[in-house]
Amino acid sequence: MSKTIDIHVHHITRVEGHGNIVLRASDGRIEKLEWQVPEAPRFFEAMVRGRSFEDIQTIVSRICGICSVTHSFSCIKAIEDAMGIVVSEQTDKIRMLLHYSEQLESHSLHVGYLVAPDLLGQKSVVPLVKSHPDVVKTVIKLHRTGNQWMEAIGGRMTHPVTIKPGGFASLPTEQYLRELKKTLEGIVPDLKALAEVVLSLAPKLPAFDRDTEYVALVDPTHYSFYHGGIGSTDTKDLTPVRKFESVVNEYVTAQSTAKWCKWHRDAFAVGSLARFNLNADLLLPLAAATAKKLGLKKGCCNPYMNNVAQVVESVQVVEHSLQIIDELLTKGIQPEVPKVQPREGEGAGAVEAPRGILFHRYAFDKKGHCIRANCCIPTNQNHANIQKDFEALVPQIIGRPQEEIRLLLEMLVRAYDPCISCSTHYLDVKFV
Amino acid sequence: MDKPRVAIFDFACCEGCQLQIVNLEEELLDVLSLVQPVEWREAISDQSDTYDIAIVEGSITRPGDEEKLRQIRSRAKVLVALGACATMGGVNKLKNNFTMEDVRREVYGKDGSMPHLDTAPTKALDEVVKVDLKIHGCPINNKEFAYILRCLALGKTPAIPNYPVCVECKMRGNVCRYEYNEICLGPVTRAGCDAKCPSAGFWCFGCRGYVDDPNVQAAREVMEHYGKTMEDLKGRLLLFNSKQEATENVK
Repeated sequence: MSKTIDIHVHHITRVEGHGNIVLRASDGRIEKLEWQVPEAPRFFEAMVRGRSFEDIQTIVSRICGICSVTHSFSCIKAIEDAMGIVVSEQTDKIRMLLHYSEQLESHSLHVGYLVAPDLLGQKSVVPLVKSHPDVVKTVIKLHRTGNQWMEAIGGRMTHPVTIKPGGFASLPTEQYLRELKKTLEGIVPDLKALAEVVLSLAPKLPAFDRDTEYVALVDPTHYSFYHGGIGSTDTKDLTPVRKFESVVNEYVTAQSTAKWCKWHRDAFAVGSLARFNLNADLLLPLAAATAKKLGLKKGCCNPYMNNVAQVVESVQVVEHSLQIIDELLTKGIQPEVPKVQPREGEGAGAVEAPRGILFHRYAFDKKGHCIRANCCIPTNQNHANIQKDFEALVPQIIGRPQEEIRLLLEMLVRAYDPCISCSTHYLDVKFV
Repeated sequence: MDKPRVAIFDFACCEGCQLQIVNLEEELLDVLSLVQPVEWREAISDQSDTYDIAIVEGSITRPGDEEKLRQIRSRAKVLVALGACATMGGVNKLKNNFTMEDVRREVYGKDGSMPHLDTAPTKALDEVVKVDLKIHGCPINNKEFAYILRCLALGKTPAIPNYPVCVECKMRGNVCRYEYNEICLGPVTRAGCDAKCPSAGFWCFGCRGYVDDPNVQAAREVMEHYGKTMEDLKGRLLLFNSKQEATENVK
């Protein structure tokens, strides 16, 4: 009996932005297998031209609601690089602290609200309120903590306003930092509880390995989200952020009109698992213990384990934040007012979004007006890798019922935590 | 009374406003208990073709999306525009200061002329269909969202502030941003955000759009008083208010 598989997931749910999965096969022969992205492009790089360096962050933060802090930092670092601005140690530390709030917020949202329903056999987090109230309560607490922390230092939940070239529009008080310390110490048991939940669900994560090149920021001093050069599991040398175009190598494929990326191979992956694979040796004790408990080992190349790496990183950012707060409180918060004299120049900046490394580049004229911009977004960088995973995974599971194949493909896409609205380069795709 | 069926959709945007809905946390469950959510791609797997209230985030930037929006309009009794991209085009309208050919070439280089890269000038939802209610801001204030959804569920008309951000900023006891030699759009921008940005030490960039009938003369006087020009003001107004009627008034 011939068996035909026809899967067309139009606008996959529980991801940020629009994506489609297409699989057509008969008698085990794959005729079409594509990960497509029909998100409307918004042309940010063109829109920022002519705008003052003081307004660029306000605009490009809007590339993505869920990684707005990250976009703001890549942008501000690129502006500072272009204008030769060096920030104080205090600014650097508070920025890391603000950046970590977004990692916690995004990771708990992704693992708790978007992925957990798959593993618990539900269509959304809403039924989980009744079936798994303790899990939902833990996730809400972690998510809310991240958000309130972001608002307290960034001035807003989503699209922060305190981040300026050279420093901060307003600084957190020492009193607030003491409160934050208490709050973060208070959620450590919740992080452990989340790790327990993930541990109990981990057997449901598909066993699927594909040897992959992983790319992330690497800094020898700590598990980096904000500093360092571009590292790869395929090479020992770090590439300076200013040369990011030579890493991402954006290209157009015949199969898809969306721009893809490749470096040493035909695709590479960014995100939590990439950071873990490059920086695991630098994890702080509790995060390292969490990784061990969850069975996550350096060299893991199961993309579904990205969700597990997100849990480890949630612990890491809280643990590191507690250190940073102590360092800040020991020295005391010094009043600083950023003053920037615009100058002609070009610069690049990179920080890690929750879903992978994010690059911005800008060029400015003498008055500090933007004349050119380029942003390369993590989901763009993962795009080719998702396709390569599909091509390796489907032959292994083609004999299973269509619904199961569909779920495994959806789960694979969700595992990457794609942020499709981010991808300013994405093109319109014709559907089959 | 049956609970109203609610669906949430998005077009060109960052989905930050939907994120604000999620950020309501427990309160969201409370708000959702008044309605029946039938479609919300970002958070739930269900999809539906019938609904009473359609909440739409994002701007319209492609002809095909206009058609989709008209279909949503025809299926909904009430259509709510969610956030600046939907209510006025927001930052997406910065694109309209250039030719479409130019923006395509700038972003896609030599591939820019390929037909699938076609893009149209950005439109707010009410430039395509009738919009019954606007939830302002970039992102929205989620407390205001909860209030408006409760009003809709109870059949009441929500009260949306129609006074400038300066009113809320003064109530919070902030020093005026102009005293710091900055360009702030508080005098012409609709309040309802609790002046979050000036309270965090940053100027207002106008994400809630103009108040109805903004006092342009007063804005001009503020600019003169602080030695700024109307060009300075217009430069910042372009961020969220490009190609709005009042932008043209600010001369």
